[in-house]
Amino acid sequence: MAVKVRIPTPLQRLTQGKEEVESKAGTVIELINDLETRYPGIAERISEGGKVRRFVNVYVNEEDIRFLQAEQTPVKDGDEVSIVPAIAGGSN
Amino acid sequence: MIAESLIIPQHIFNEMLAHCKAGYPNEACGILAGRNGEVSKIYRMANIENSPVTYMLDSREQFKVMKDMRENNLSMVAIFHSHPSSAAYPSAKDVSLAFYEECVYIIVSLMEKEPVVKGFLIREGNIEEIKIILK
Repeated sequence: MAVKVRIPTPLQRLTQGKEEVESKAGTVIELINDLETRYPGIAERISEGGKVRRFVNVYVNEEDIRFLQAEQTPVKDGDEVSIVPAIAGGSN
Repeated sequence: MIAESLIIPQHIFNEMLAHCKAGYPNEACGILAGRNGEVSKIYRMANIENSPVTYMLDSREQFKVMKDMRENNLSMVAIFHSHPSSAAYPSAKDVSLAFYEECVYIIVSLMEKEPVVKGFLIREGNIEEIKIILK
């Protein structure tokens, strides 16, 4: 069993259109780096300098990693990681 | 698939306007879900910024809505928000934060007596208006 990673539509062009990919157990930041080895360019869309970008939310199962251990949140086989770009903007 | 027009049932369109008016003078926001460029469901969302000039969806609420859409075999076809006191056109901030290029970004301007509603595709900084068809 592996870790299931749910890829948002804006990043699916980097995963050859796949909505779900697999990765290895470890931490969230290790998982992002692992994705980069197979899907070049994806890490910088999710993170910068080892930190998840401000307008990207990452969930392990149902929990936002900001309320867990952020980038160091452990992920284990069978977990589901969701990458969800924020929806924001405004008139100013 | 990127639609060239967006079809919105009248009752959903009306709900969207009502949600934007209810949020006034702050910006209001939400998601329209459906398939193949046709809307079948509205999610009225909270603006956690509580601001007349910016909006951001509550990430937890957004996560739940995305799951709900997936379970109902729907796609996010449009993202809407209001401009309480400016025109129905994407701001620089709207463009810089338009991550969902396959979605139509709908802007509801409340600056005039009657709301003005327009839809745009925002891709790599380019803004293209698309037609909104009510049915």
